[in-house]
Amino acid sequence: MKIYDLPDKCGHFGPYGGTFVAETLISALDELRRQYEYYRGDAEFQTEFFRELKHYVGRPSPIYHARRWSDHLGGAQILLKREDLNHTGAHKINNTVGQALLARRMEKSRIIAETGAGQHGVASATVAARYGMECVVYMGSEDVRRQATNVYRMKLLGATVIPVDSGSRTLKDALNEAMRDWVTNVGNTYYIIGTVAGPHPYPMMVRDFQAVIGNEAKQQMQEEYGRQPDALIACVGGGSNAIGLFYPYIGEENVRMIGVEAAGKGVDTQKHAATLVTGRPGVLHGNRTYLIQDENGQIIETHSISAGLDYPGVGPEHAWLKDCGRAEYVAATDDEALAAFHALCRFEGIMPALESSHALAYAAKLAPTLRKDQLLLVNLSGRGDKDMATVAQQSGISL
Amino acid sequence: MNRIESVFSRLKSQDKTALIPFITAGDPDSATTVALMHQLTQSKVDLIELGVPFSDPMADGPTIQRSSERALKHHISLKDVFAMVAEFRKTDQDTPVVLMGYANPIEAMGYGNFVEAASHSGVDGILVVDYPPEESAEWVRCLNEKEISPIFLLSPTTSESRIKHVAELAKGYVYYVSLKGVTGASHLDLQDVSNKLSQLRAHIKIPIGVGFGIRDGQTARSIAERADAVVIGSRIVEEIEHSRAADLLANVGTLVESLRHAIDTKSGPSSDKECEI
Repeated sequence: MKIYDLPDKCGHFGPYGGTFVAETLISALDELRRQYEYYRGDAEFQTEFFRELKHYVGRPSPIYHARRWSDHLGGAQILLKREDLNHTGAHKINNTVGQALLARRMEKSRIIAETGAGQHGVASATVAARYGMECVVYMGSEDVRRQATNVYRMKLLGATVIPVDSGSRTLKDALNEAMRDWVTNVGNTYYIIGTVAGPHPYPMMVRDFQAVIGNEAKQQMQEEYGRQPDALIACVGGGSNAIGLFYPYIGEENVRMIGVEAAGKGVDTQKHAATLVTGRPGVLHGNRTYLIQDENGQIIETHSISAGLDYPGVGPEHAWLKDCGRAEYVAATDDEALAAFHALCRFEGIMPALESSHALAYAAKLAPTLRKDQLLLVNLSGRGDKDMATVAQQSGISL
Repeated sequence: MNRIESVFSRLKSQDKTALIPFITAGDPDSATTVALMHQLTQSKVDLIELGVPFSDPMADGPTIQRSSERALKHHISLKDVFAMVAEFRKTDQDTPVVLMGYANPIEAMGYGNFVEAASHSGVDGILVVDYPPEESAEWVRCLNEKEISPIFLLSPTTSESRIKHVAELAKGYVYYVSLKGVTGASHLDLQDVSNKLSQLRAHIKIPIGVGFGIRDGQTARSIAERADAVVIGSRIVEEIEHSRAADLLANVGTLVESLRHAIDTKSGPSSDKECEI
């Protein structure tokens, strides 16, 4: 494969990505792009970023061999990249640390964020507290209801959580509202987008900050196993944990890359969030990408048991990796994810986030079809404490 | 000369400023929209901006978001919008109609199908909020083929080089967003508007409309003294939202007539004495 150097300077990944926003946002994005291009190559910025990842986030995160579960499945060995062990319990903090450091250099005193499950909101509230900034988090009112614990966590960290009542009252509507806030308050406000979607430079910038996952994994695999895995598996909502793992491996053609979307009640029903598996290209939230939409181009409400995957778009780089065939995208249902959630609890003593459980569910399907000496590296993107109420409810238990 | 150019040329000769109302197609329903369009022309507007409802109107404030949601309750699609314009055109051949909306419904239809249907129904121009000039080369080429005017937004933060870029692409008029924020916000600085308009006029040779934040006759009049067109959206949509069905046309008519009067009594170098009488 020739050297991979996407996006181009306007943020395009093939036909995807770009800057599809109203004129009122263009100058803010231009400023962000210029600043990020500068600090991306600035040694002092990078040194501070990695120092924070080490001492505040707790990196590097280990790779753990899920031996009992692998034996039970009876095929390939399943290795887990333990992003759940990061401070705040998910990969989201890698990105919020990077963007908060950038916001400080841009002299913005206020940060805003959108959140679905609340993990990105918590990660944003956390870095805002760490660096002494005001933090406002937009969250769909439906998600506020589903994720009450995370809402309280954000408040404890000093953030203001604003419930969004428009549209489907979920992540996409929170994103719309955060954009509206940014347009209005761009002078003192930095908008931390939590995933590899949105207008340029966000998909590239968030990817770069999350690429620490794949870069560490490459080194750890070499040191501990003397080779790279046969396949990478990660869940995909917007796709930030997946791209963080995949990106450093794009040139390693012998390593399969598999993104697992949320099939909800099934991809043949109306209740799923499998954007790349079932969607069509379009324009939403500042970029061209695959979308779940009706025949008239209206965005359709999605469903997943995991709020973090409940999004009708997907990062434009995933759209490109799908079209050019470098990555494969599949989907796991709510039930399959729940089964994987319980399996990892019982076989390994690890409680995974429901988002990550989708990646585990596909690993459980794939492993038995492979040889025992083959290695699957699954991104365990977050821990499942936040999901206990949801899981209990599925079992008819109220906590 | 197309309909948009004719209107602005007539207004210029009369030293008048255009009044451009915005309503959302299908709010509260399709039949009312066509009746509203006729009401607007009876109330002497110069051009109608017709919003294409979208599920995720990122640049709009709560008032226009709600109007979009009301229209989408009836599943209003682009095809329905074209049908409304065609219906309006049966009895009105003169009033220009400009569509305003978001990219995805157009992406879903395809550029070719879109311009074909738009041209056939009698649409004169289109403003797509999330197609900035950088992403618009192919789009503008398709519009030009059917002589539909590409309308672009300019903002207080638009750089000189981008103003030049818009000057090359835009036809009909450009739409200057007079403040930071979303539609329906209300903090407008007239001095800023004047300064920016002179900067824009160095490059933009077609008429400049000003919108966002214009909510009353007095502001409309002040803007009219500076701009070629005054665009009023949220205030009219609010009137639609709050009117009972039986009073809706009359209420909107009364509001628009008062705005028309305010704009026409602008003071200018040649007309400031006359309007006192």
